[in-house]
Amino acid sequence: MSTWSPSASRDALMARQQMYRSIREFFYTRSVLEVETPLLSQAPVADPNITPMQAGQRWLHTSPEYAMKRLLCAGYGDIYQICKVFREGEAGKRHNPEFSMLEWYRVGWTHQQLMEEVAQLLQMLLAERFSTLPTLHLSYAQALQSYAQLDVHHCGDQVIARHGQALANADLDLDRDGWLDVIMSHQVEPALPHNTLIFIDQFPASQAALAKLANNEQGVLIAQRFEVFFNGMELANGYQELTDAQQQLQRFKHELQGTQRSHDALLIAALEHGLPDCAGVALGLDRVLLHLLDAQSITQVLSFEWQRA
Amino acid sequence: MANYSTNEFKPGLRVMVDNEPCIMIDIEFVKPGKGQAFSRVKLRSIRTQRVWERTFKSGESLESADIVERDMEYLYSDAEFWYFMATDGSFEQLGASSEAVGETIKWLKEQVVYEVTLYNDAVVSVTPPNFVELEVVETDPGLKGDTAQGGSKPATLSTGAVVRVPLFIVEGEKLKIDTRSGEYVSRA
Repeated sequence: MSTWSPSASRDALMARQQMYRSIREFFYTRSVLEVETPLLSQAPVADPNITPMQAGQRWLHTSPEYAMKRLLCAGYGDIYQICKVFREGEAGKRHNPEFSMLEWYRVGWTHQQLMEEVAQLLQMLLAERFSTLPTLHLSYAQALQSYAQLDVHHCGDQVIARHGQALANADLDLDRDGWLDVIMSHQVEPALPHNTLIFIDQFPASQAALAKLANNEQGVLIAQRFEVFFNGMELANGYQELTDAQQQLQRFKHELQGTQRSHDALLIAALEHGLPDCAGVALGLDRVLLHLLDAQSITQVLSFEWQRA
Repeated sequence: MANYSTNEFKPGLRVMVDNEPCIMIDIEFVKPGKGQAFSRVKLRSIRTQRVWERTFKSGESLESADIVERDMEYLYSDAEFWYFMATDGSFEQLGASSEAVGETIKWLKEQVVYEVTLYNDAVVSVTPPNFVELEVVETDPGLKGDTAQGGSKPATLSTGAVVRVPLFIVEGEKLKIDTRSGEYVSRA
């Protein structure tokens, strides 16, 4: 139902203003440069599970990652950005197709260092409602072992699929990673301890996206990628950034197989010039606000949610 | 027959799931940031009233189900079927099987209007109004002076349903019953 009136209260907008002010202060004191990059670019995102929106001959960005990495390649140092991003079809109680993202990069940092900074920022932003906010670090394998009783790096596709089918109550024609998404979203996420910042890292190598690969202590090849969960909701996704242009190009080609989309040649050219070792993370700001205000739906923190936009 | 894609899913939508006519109760969009998108749907089966959950991949679609709800007045039963008449002025009559009437048999009373659910023009379920007024046909005599202690006793109603009632209720009285909980509310 369409209506002219806002979906957020004035208090919610004031809380957003305060949150943005705190974020800018946080990064200003740490000498991280605020940047703006184009919302409309020539090449779309390559991620197979994220659908970009088209505007004329250009693509609305689904995250500012590619352009920000080009700034890093140009040697601009630590940078952050607060911007709107756009993802086709993502609408629900915790999703809006147009949403606000904070993305930042730390040059010379490991993703472990970055996780600490993410925790500090979130603890500050959520302090008004959660005066103390403990952190819990789990590997992807530990999370699946603890909450789904699955030994993810050593069990076969069949076991994963059957487990997922039981949760979905359906056979959904998914690959291994698709079924793992079912298990994570239906079983693991809701079972994670509440009122705790949960960091999950060491993702399966097949879910690396733009993260570096490495062998973990058990000799298993994993992605140096982490996600932050809070009260059953995903808040952030970060990487030890892949710096190898050839590997990145291969991943793009693999991801874009069978689609009409072409890869971002400007990012590849920048990576060939050289991306410094760095770690980066993207944080969904509307969800942070949702938790701060104890809102039931993301619509309550958006001036005009999707149906009223 | 129309098809609905996951982005059209909403509460109240009538669809066929595994050849079962269902009504959607609630939909949750689920998507790990870098992962596959799903719709987790809570459904109610029209035939059995069973509520269950099922996940769909974004982009999947479901066939619509020809499910209709009609207000109909209960007329009589011939022991095989329970007959209802439309209140829309058409005087159309339909018979419901005992399977379709189900638990509602406890609250069936002539001239009361029920919500009758039809699938492909056949009655699949009958929902009573939230409150019905029924007569007590059998209960032990009440004990005077016991009302303050809030004691209760069983009473058999004209439909055969047995409900707990206060001690002061006597045979022949009409009672207001909440059909959702099956509990006594007041004297009618």
